[in-house]
Amino acid sequence: MTAVALTVENLTVRVGPIAAVQGVSFQLAAGKRTGLIGESGSGKTLTALALLSLLPDTLSASGHVIYEGMDLLTLNERALCRLRGDRLAMIFQEPMTALNPVMKIGQQVAEPLQLHRGLSAAAAQAAALRMLEHVRIPDAAEKMHAYPHQLSGGQRQRAMIAMAMACSPAILIADEPTTALDVTVQAQILHLLSDLVDEHGSTLLLITHDLPVVATVCERVIVLYGGHIVEEGTVDDVFSAPRHPYTRALLDAIPALDEELPSRKLAAIPGSVPGLGQFPPGCPFRNRCPRATHVCETMPALEGDGHRAACWHPLP
Amino acid sequence: MTGIAFSVDHVSRHFVLPRSTLFGARRTLTAVDDVTFDLQREETLGIVGESGSGKTTLVKLLLGLERPDGGSIAYHGASLRRDVQVVFQDPASALDPRMRVEDIILEPLRVLRISGDHRARVRELMSAVGLPLSSVSHYPHEFSGGQRQRIAIARALAPHPRVLIGDEPVSALDVSVRAQILNLLEDLRVGFQLTLVLVSHDLSVVRHMTDRVLVMQRGRVVEEGETRSVFRRPQHPYTQLLLDSIPRLPQASRR
Repeated sequence: MTAVALTVENLTVRVGPIAAVQGVSFQLAAGKRTGLIGESGSGKTLTALALLSLLPDTLSASGHVIYEGMDLLTLNERALCRLRGDRLAMIFQEPMTALNPVMKIGQQVAEPLQLHRGLSAAAAQAAALRMLEHVRIPDAAEKMHAYPHQLSGGQRQRAMIAMAMACSPAILIADEPTTALDVTVQAQILHLLSDLVDEHGSTLLLITHDLPVVATVCERVIVLYGGHIVEEGTVDDVFSAPRHPYTRALLDAIPALDEELPSRKLAAIPGSVPGLGQFPPGCPFRNRCPRATHVCETMPALEGDGHRAACWHPLP
Repeated sequence: MTGIAFSVDHVSRHFVLPRSTLFGARRTLTAVDDVTFDLQREETLGIVGESGSGKTTLVKLLLGLERPDGGSIAYHGASLRRDVQVVFQDPASALDPRMRVEDIILEPLRVLRISGDHRARVRELMSAVGLPLSSVSHYPHEFSGGQRQRIAIARALAPHPRVLIGDEPVSALDVSVRAQILNLLEDLRVGFQLTLVLVSHDLSVVRHMTDRVLVMQRGRVVEEGETRSVFRRPQHPYTQLLLDSIPRLPQASRR
């Protein structure tokens, strides 16, 4: 049994009266890379924000998020600020909005080192430069003095990774870190992210809608739909022998790259992803599911050993 | 009907960039650089490339929204404005939020002064793209992303186009909805004998949908050929790099 880095118990996030994340429970194994897959409205970003208590004031989270014996949901803001950017770090999809536009890149990477490690300004700057070189930003010494808008999209994402990894965090949450990037840059950033996480022994939670990205980077995968975990397991198990019809349908809907298909028609999932609060009660996928029956009006439990699925009619 | 729809002959398009320093010279960006190809009628042509490769400028040149400043581009048909229609990436910004579905779909007919039974045409188009007829007087915000893209496709089809250009038509959609729209485009292509130009950064979509592909890098076409053979045996190092960069699903995930 491997050590557990983070335990999430019965996490629910409410937007007004509507539960956008409904009783989600999972554990992140220490040093492993876990993918959190979901489409729009699945609750994947709200889950990520809730883990670090970064939800806007209008949203409320209940349940438990346990890190080293502390429940992050009940911790006060001062204690959270000590953890965030140090033990718990996050990378966002659009570095242009996540980076401070009027602060030089070098200073942004140095900031967590001064705050959490008590480094002097000069020592933090020197460490920031090493970090920027480490994430392979070209002309790092020069880029220390650049502002975010002067960097390319890929360079900005590298700078944000440098910032997040500066204090070698125990847990790194990356929310769609490569969605806005070109495919060749995406490949570089995913490599860099995997290498750094291994090097620092960090636990990675990679949030994305892109199944092939998870298959390339992660060891475990959690599939979210309509605010519920519908399937969870190792990447090999879930992608090779999915048990939930939603996971199977997602895999079938992606055009193949390497093998021939008999026709141009893909196996499409009927209907569309319902808006917030419009998922059917019970299993959220039942109105689009080919296997649904009346028992699906009640939400099934997430069951199984190692490879878990929440379905009354799981695939064999 | 076969033959050539577009002849693109050594086409270039430059843009003069704003000064980066007060006394510096203005720099020029070559968005499309000496591009030559023929678009055959009823073929499906994929255009792949990363940001800055010139694929969107090439689309604008085909649509006549930009003029080439080198070379020539010829459409072999009666009316470019009527025959060549486009579907953009983000249906939320491509549809006027204050117009009803019916008016959105009919707008090209009004603008192009095409007469006929417009009410009947709307119903025909809505059922062709799979929109419920009861939603004819709804506004775009009342639809999901996939349905909005169906509205945009219905609008593009309204003037009976010969050539349909999709500029990243499924990139903004959820994975579970993407396949529906791709299937719809394929049905419409066959049903209306359309020539389809599909611009995408998603190589799996292009591989799946097209007969022939152009690979663009920094304004130039670096590789062109039958889609299957380009993907199986890429000749240009950039095409090779693109293919190597795509994250893949494990083989066993396919049934």
